[in-house]
Amino acid sequence: MSDITARVAPPPPTAADNLKFYGLWAAVAIFLLVLPKVFGTGGALTTFSLIGISIIFALSYNILLGQTGMLSFGHAVYYGLGGFLVIHAINIIGGNKWAIPLPLVPLIGGLAGLAFAILLGWVSTQRSGTAFAMISLGVAELVASSALILRTFFGGEAGISANRTKLLSVFGWNFGPQIQIYYLVAAWTLICMIAMYALTRTPLGRMCNAVRDNPERVQFVGYDPHVVRYIAFCFSGFFAGIAGALAAINFEIANSAYLGAVQSGTVLFAAYIGGVGFFIGPIVGAIFVTLLSLGLSDLTHVWQLYFGLFFIVVVMFAPGGITGLLMMHRPLLRGGTLGRVLPSYLVALVPTVALMIGLMLAIESVVHYTMNPTENPNIKAFGIPFNAASPLTWVLALILIVGGFIVARMTWKRVAIAWDEALTAARAKGMAA
Amino acid sequence: MLELVVISTLNGVLFGMLLFLMASGLTVIFSMLGVLNFAHASFYMLGAFFGFQISRWFGFWPALLVAPILAGIIGAGVERFGLRQVHRNGHVAELLFTFGLAFAIEEVVQIIWGKSPVDFRVPSSLDFPAFTIFSTNYPAYKMFMLLVSVAIFLALLVVLKRTRVGMIVQAALTHPHMVGHLGHNVGRIFMMVFGVGTALAAVAGVIAGPALVTQSNMAGLLGPILFVVVVVGGLGSLPGAFIASLLIGLVQTFAVSMNGSLSEVFGPLSPAYASTWLSDIWNVTVAQIAPIMPYVLLVLILALRPMGLLGTRET
Repeated sequence: MSDITARVAPPPPTAADNLKFYGLWAAVAIFLLVLPKVFGTGGALTTFSLIGISIIFALSYNILLGQTGMLSFGHAVYYGLGGFLVIHAINIIGGNKWAIPLPLVPLIGGLAGLAFAILLGWVSTQRSGTAFAMISLGVAELVASSALILRTFFGGEAGISANRTKLLSVFGWNFGPQIQIYYLVAAWTLICMIAMYALTRTPLGRMCNAVRDNPERVQFVGYDPHVVRYIAFCFSGFFAGIAGALAAINFEIANSAYLGAVQSGTVLFAAYIGGVGFFIGPIVGAIFVTLLSLGLSDLTHVWQLYFGLFFIVVVMFAPGGITGLLMMHRPLLRGGTLGRVLPSYLVALVPTVALMIGLMLAIESVVHYTMNPTENPNIKAFGIPFNAASPLTWVLALILIVGGFIVARMTWKRVAIAWDEALTAARAKGMAA
Repeated sequence: MLELVVISTLNGVLFGMLLFLMASGLTVIFSMLGVLNFAHASFYMLGAFFGFQISRWFGFWPALLVAPILAGIIGAGVERFGLRQVHRNGHVAELLFTFGLAFAIEEVVQIIWGKSPVDFRVPSSLDFPAFTIFSTNYPAYKMFMLLVSVAIFLALLVVLKRTRVGMIVQAALTHPHMVGHLGHNVGRIFMMVFGVGTALAAVAGVIAGPALVTQSNMAGLLGPILFVVVVVGGLGSLPGAFIASLLIGLVQTFAVSMNGSLSEVFGPLSPAYASTWLSDIWNVTVAQIAPIMPYVLLVLILALRPMGLLGTRET
């Protein structure tokens, strides 16, 4: 019997493992400290703050989707309520001159998120799968619509604002400048990342995985899947509340958009595009989606369409997300056979890019005709000028789309063959399962 | 009072039947493919916009015929080239695919027709009061909407229960492999069902377009209510969806016509609390909370009967 347990339990971490583990977090902390020294402009600091908030939010979402297998369409509820509670808290603390410094205030948001998750979670988590998705959507609509009715608390369309500098200053920091807010967000991001990573290592985290993979068996071994889902839901609400609180502190305002479907959709996009199967996935996704939404909106009017199409492509062809795609290459890298796949990638890239350019040409030309047909047809998209009225553009777009599609299909089949060969070779060397 | 009850009942049944037109397509798709089509309301919106565009070119009646066919073809294409590919990655991936699709359709509609409402009008042949009750003229177009919905409901019932096609569809629902062995192309049946389901949603869109507002957020407004219908009725239960549609239609219509608030019933709150945010809850009228009534119903049903009204399955 002791034999079996010894084999089932993971080996205790060695000193090298420990060093690697703590060293990684220390490296992240140093990176966050140094980052504003390298990119110190106001725009960069704002972007970093937004990314940090987005990381916490996406990781909290992944407690539901990636770890417990609950697809939520209403996670913004806990984010938004955390934000609103914090704005009210700042106003109350500032008004009464209480000795609570701003760095502790996000905790209030977290507790608000936790309280509402405790309240709403019990009915939401009774069922899993598709039903849970629909229920989370219904609950989110309920809260978001209520926000527009209860105007005194939620401030109607305009929202509620606060002045974060009115609070007790610590070590001469009053959190007026963006750099101080950056460090506040960075510190909370690091704390939340470590806390959420630690959560995945606890027995509860393991039970969540078990509920995701096989709720029936979990029931057989004596756990109630509903309770496990509920507890995971509460943790998720707590961290979402912290993210919302940081967002509210960053913008000094909370409005009904915080609670809305767009916010819920964005976090879902971020977590899924990054990859929900890995702890680092949502972090990658949050960075990617934040940068993409900031960058694309400068380049084209219809960036949200590209965003949606990109999401569909990820769902269809890369269900593991960006991280999943990268992780797929690990066995090849270890087996030393990665070089066999790379040439086929390069070959496949050419028609794929051609197809994408053709689609962009077509979309931008159509947008030109539907949005402002009277204006000059010489338009610019992604920095490339072209004439939307010229038949040449249309023919070119058509050729690129049709030709690119046909060639891309053939080349991607070649990639699949090369991939199989490389994986078999890596397996032969005993480097891949 | 009687006038209010009669008119609200008529409007409530009308809205409920429209909801059911969409919920029926959604439920049939769900029971067959096991995926809740998040983009179902988007096909309703596509129906309304196609209807608007075609009725501008050729008139309303061709639009009523052509727009659903177009939407159905798009729906069948989505099943064939999208959902079928995603299927091997599981139900979450399917749901996410339709979620992304709903997002993309809304963006495309905004690009083509803009964000503001389009001028989709009731056809002149139906633009007259059908009858007058208690000095209120009831428009003929609403009567027409009701008739179309009821006709489609009956047709669906007959096709599913009484015809050979319906039998094959029902069999493919529970025993897809057996149906496949009998020589039917199950993949094609799924594609047809998806197409017909989305076409049903588009019919609802064409006939509701002129009566309600045709604009790019109409899918976003109706989609969540549709899912409330499906969850409250019990996932996969067609009779459940019917009851839930009518229930939500009636509840919402009656709530809109009521003006009472807690402060009217129990008297105003003491002045000490009048300025706090509690005063909102006290002073809000029933009409104001009408939009959230379906969701309140959802939470109530879930607390009392998690499987929905007529649902049998737990998950």
